[in-house]
Amino acid sequence: MSETILLDRPSAAVEPRPQPPLGLLAEVTHRCPLRCTYCSNPLQLDPKSSELDTETWKRVFSEAAELGVIHLHMSGGEPTARRDIVELMRHAAEVGLYTNLITSGIGVDEAKLDALVEAGCDHIQLSMQGADEGITQRVGGYKGGFERKQAFARAVVARGVPLTLNAVIHRMNIHQVPEMIEKAVEFGAKRLEIAHTQYYGWALKNRAQLMPAREDVDRTIEEVETARERLKGTLVIDAVFPDYYARYPKLCNGGWGTRTFSVTPSGKVLPCHAAETITHLGFWNVRDHSLAETWYDGPAFEAYRGTSWMKEPCRSCERKHVDFGGCRCQALALTGDAANTDPVCIKSPLHESIGAMATTESAVAEPGAATYRGFRAG
Amino acid sequence: MAELRGIADDTVPALPRGVKFREDKARGRHVLLGPERIFEADPIATEILKRIDGRTTFKEILGQLTQLFTADEATIRPDVEALLTDLSDKQMVTL
Repeated sequence: MSETILLDRPSAAVEPRPQPPLGLLAEVTHRCPLRCTYCSNPLQLDPKSSELDTETWKRVFSEAAELGVIHLHMSGGEPTARRDIVELMRHAAEVGLYTNLITSGIGVDEAKLDALVEAGCDHIQLSMQGADEGITQRVGGYKGGFERKQAFARAVVARGVPLTLNAVIHRMNIHQVPEMIEKAVEFGAKRLEIAHTQYYGWALKNRAQLMPAREDVDRTIEEVETARERLKGTLVIDAVFPDYYARYPKLCNGGWGTRTFSVTPSGKVLPCHAAETITHLGFWNVRDHSLAETWYDGPAFEAYRGTSWMKEPCRSCERKHVDFGGCRCQALALTGDAANTDPVCIKSPLHESIGAMATTESAVAEPGAATYRGFRAG
Repeated sequence: MAELRGIADDTVPALPRGVKFREDKARGRHVLLGPERIFEADPIATEILKRIDGRTTFKEILGQLTQLFTADEATIRPDVEALLTDLSDKQMVTL
């Protein structure tokens, strides 16, 4: 279809008008009781004083629904740290968005959970740092977290709300994958995400402490496959593997400015939640522009949408419409140029060295202490 | 594709908690939504899914569809069964 459109255009370099977005990640606050070392938030967290107010978030959700967004992922930080979270949830549901609350489960008592469910929360995704108290505390920097998460998971399931557990996997907890699968079944979750750490934000800072060994990754792939078969009809397991060991890059968010986007606590509209690391892009703010204007015409969205920005080896690559050259943030972080091919790609001159770096880092016996995320440690 | 299984007349299909059927105005279609999932309904699936309200029996749904499409029940029943059992396997419909 896009071929026909291109032929009708005066210049073949003009990309077809993008489709409306399907998903919006609303990071309503960066505040969080946990201090996870793998956090994907930026090192420079938005302080509370910069957060959008209630009315602005409600307008954003109305504009998102109007624009064509289907799924709203209410996230953070810890979204329930906002006192108006129930009001925001109610508004999102009223304008017709499918609402997903992404939470640590810490600080959400049963009364707040009831209020969120009554307000129209369709689905809850609970983070899981480990399968026991020790690992959970070590990864999240919060005492007593596992017990509270377990109670929260049971409370969600008791209310009949579908629950997904999201376990971010890295060197500190990779040995617990089988136990995490068992916990997901025990809690009554419908879905489990075994999501190997992607190295952005705090995770990139702590990469040497988080990078798992190749053989441990391979083992988890087998563990997940075996469990999937055994738990068919009980638990759906989705898995994301670490791309440093991959041959081809990941299709980042379905393609830059193609399927999903994010709004930060202070209102910046980003093609992906890590995009602020590409500092030369001009990010529009919901305070100044509507979501539709930003999605279709914002300079940050136009920068890497489609394929016309590509250099070699992407430009002539047969996979350029498959993975769109991978992740722009990773290209910048690891090669110094966001328009380079994602260096995990086998066609990148850096491919070998990325894999070797991961292997070397994961082999260090005592990688030192990881930095817990925080407002001043960036 | 799911294997073909029959659905009893008195079965009452329903959408489980967390699954929603709604109009997607921006794209001129209807969609069945679950967590992280979007099932695009073609016009026929839309007519079937519209009638799933947790009260109407499978037999009654078939009756409405035979009128709508002016087709006999024997013709449409296998298609409706196939759609609903497939969605049931995906936990998007309860039977």
